[in-house]
Amino acid sequence: MCGIIGVIDKRRQSVDGAKIKEALSMMNERGSGEGAGYVAYGIYPEYKDYFALHVFFDNIRENKAALDTLLEKWGTIVHDEQIKTYEQPNIRKVHTPWRYFFRPDRSLMPKSTTPDEDIVTHLVMKINAEKNGALIFSSGKNLGVFKAAGWPEDVADFYRIQDYQGYLWLAHNRYPTNTPGWWGGAHPFNLLNWSVVHNGEITSYGTNRRYIESYGYKCTMFTDTEVVAYLIDLLVRKHGLSEKMAVRAFAPPFWEDIDRMPPKEQELNRAIRLAYGSALMNGPFAICVANENTLVGFTDRIKLRPLVTGEYGDRLYISSEEAAIRRMEPDVDNIAMPKAGEPVIGRVIS
Amino acid sequence: MTIGSIPLRFKVDIDPDQCMLCGRCVDNCSYGVFRKDGDAIRVNSRNCVACHRCSAFCPRDAISIYEKPTDYRSHPVWTREVRENIFNQAKTGKIVLAGMGNALPYPIIFDRLVLDACQVTNPSIDPLREPMELRTYLGKKPSSLSLKESADGTVELITKLSPNLQIETPIMVGHMSYGAISLNAQTAIAKAVSRIGTFMGTGEGGLHESLYPYQKNMIVQVASGRFGVDINYLERGAAIEIKIGQGAKPGLGGHLPGEKICADVSYTRMIPEGSDAISPAPHHDIYSIEDLKQLVRSLKEATEWKKPVFVKIAAVHNSAAIAAGIARSSADAVVIDGFRGGTGAAPRVFRDHVGIPVEAAVASVDAKLRQQGIRNKVSIIASGGIRESADVAKIICLGADAVYIGTSALVAMGCRVCGTCYRGQCAWGIATQKPELTKRLDPDVESVHVENLIHGWTLELAELMGAAGINSIESLRGNRDRLRGYMLDEGLLNVLDVKTVGA
Repeated sequence: MCGIIGVIDKRRQSVDGAKIKEALSMMNERGSGEGAGYVAYGIYPEYKDYFALHVFFDNIRENKAALDTLLEKWGTIVHDEQIKTYEQPNIRKVHTPWRYFFRPDRSLMPKSTTPDEDIVTHLVMKINAEKNGALIFSSGKNLGVFKAAGWPEDVADFYRIQDYQGYLWLAHNRYPTNTPGWWGGAHPFNLLNWSVVHNGEITSYGTNRRYIESYGYKCTMFTDTEVVAYLIDLLVRKHGLSEKMAVRAFAPPFWEDIDRMPPKEQELNRAIRLAYGSALMNGPFAICVANENTLVGFTDRIKLRPLVTGEYGDRLYISSEEAAIRRMEPDVDNIAMPKAGEPVIGRVIS
Repeated sequence: MTIGSIPLRFKVDIDPDQCMLCGRCVDNCSYGVFRKDGDAIRVNSRNCVACHRCSAFCPRDAISIYEKPTDYRSHPVWTREVRENIFNQAKTGKIVLAGMGNALPYPIIFDRLVLDACQVTNPSIDPLREPMELRTYLGKKPSSLSLKESADGTVELITKLSPNLQIETPIMVGHMSYGAISLNAQTAIAKAVSRIGTFMGTGEGGLHESLYPYQKNMIVQVASGRFGVDINYLERGAAIEIKIGQGAKPGLGGHLPGEKICADVSYTRMIPEGSDAISPAPHHDIYSIEDLKQLVRSLKEATEWKKPVFVKIAAVHNSAAIAAGIARSSADAVVIDGFRGGTGAAPRVFRDHVGIPVEAAVASVDAKLRQQGIRNKVSIIASGGIRESADVAKIICLGADAVYIGTSALVAMGCRVCGTCYRGQCAWGIATQKPELTKRLDPDVESVHVENLIHGWTLELAELMGAAGINSIESLRGNRDRLRGYMLDEGLLNVLDVKTVGA
């Protein structure tokens, strides 16, 4: 189970966090009150050129100094503060959420074509793998993940999600089977500007993990979803594929369909399957993945999890349930159910 | 020294109440066990190798064969086999030859690994109702693609792909040469693989003209003896395989006894009739990894870079590093032949004591190639001791792309694994060149059996994948999370990168 929802406004007009909270709560049937989370894009305009690192500290006194030192070594912290939270009766505050605005020192990654991103990725992987009481769960620019163990309403109220204004949101209502109660296990998962929410189970996780780890990523969250964030980072940022072609690699057409395509298309799809066979994701899933310009929704190749889309004005909605979309926008147009493996992509145009 | 006659290995009994003196056993036994004597059939059990040809053709089930009818004084160290090897060697003063695969009772890793299935949280997939993809491509894959995506949505592929072999099931038949096995046996396999859409290896014996119609399903082998190799041979194969070593006898070349070199074998191999075909231990033009690279590239150059080139090595302690070297040599696939791999003839001491199991070798090769970021440069083909579809699923989980089967395919044609292949007397017409024996094997009939076997395994593999919630074989490859080790020690679990059951 699990319920997901995503919305993008293609003219970057703000969507209120209160609405997404209500929509996510519509899907409590799909959750168990042990994990929920939100990501909002466009929330830190005053620091938009800095990487916003959201960190769960187990203990400020013991764990924060080491992280500060490491970040100072690799760049500059322009500002950091505790993320404001508001006590909720149903949420046990086991971590202290913190935010840093960070700029890496490019000269420390001389051979990279994307030194800022590579430094931040390296730091995220290193800190999360070390498990020294600090977990970086959000590392993009002008965006932030807010998540905890609890029902969607409680998690929203804990962070006062209604106080944030974003032009792109993803949210997730969790029914955990693997790491219940662990804040790190709640969605969205994020790396740089990529965020992912996921309903399902990736049966190819073992293959995907070994593949992505051979490129230096480290899977540290004990869950299958994080590989999606790393895979899309690899294929889109590092290999230069479009989101559409990356999804083609994750949920490619069946050979019997490829065999019937015109020769050029056949060649292209065969090449994708050959080169990216280890990135193919199997098992039941519906996924929403976003970056600062794009929202992509797609399902597994035989659509074993639901995914519904809707449009209204400049907004594209993608969710597990039509009811959740209608809660956000009662007059929604064009409710549709995308075909298995076929991506639905919304982009900002300004 | 007087050793006397050593105890019988097998005892053959004929039930006189059942026997109708039809004489089929006399005709069928190629080892001279039976003799008709008036109205009785006399038995010389000492000649029996337990190939079961007699009992298989006895219309009355009158023949029983017992193993080890005479007991030795039991001893945990001085086993029967140890003592008999000593007797044998004391008599001959030679290296003892043996056939088939490793015969020591090492634990079998495959049998200590269990597969996964879906329950509740993810649905299993029913291959009868949903597509299930076993298609596999063998060869070099690009590690990333360069695409030109236009605003109108058209996507152009810039990256050029290397030639790959396309197989509809990850099961191929390994290299068993004409010479080691009969032409009828090779023909049966050739017919089967061409109908299924998979491949077979020619072995180091050249390609007989009568198999030319099946050449697009043939992988031609270049081994240290270079037997049968010319440009015609190379051009006919769908792929070329350089054989460095073999799991049954790592570090040695091939040995085909002269008795098996009949006129036709001699012609196909391009060697004198009746001479022992002994291929050298190393290739005399390969004394280092860079020499291998030259041979790979020479073979590619000779065939205009149109064919994948595989390199086969025996699974040995350092396989992972060797495979990493091979992956950098322009080779398209590396074949890892485990220490259970079969053979027509090998020194017993090598067959039983040299090399490592294919499970551990494949796991470490796959891990090493991934660690170095070169896994896409080569496919991994596993061979040596693949006995059933579960073995195929498990070795793919450990990182293989496909498997070669050998002994299993022979068993499908009647082989009883008697292990006497090196004598050239095979009563089933498989490991022999004697016309009166080879004619017993009808290629049309036996091709159906081989085809049935591969087809049956393929169906089972599809079911196993579906149960694991996987509908495409690339998601099984290297997916060690779907395996658990049962009673394996921690060291081995680490090598296999597999958790224990319950974890």
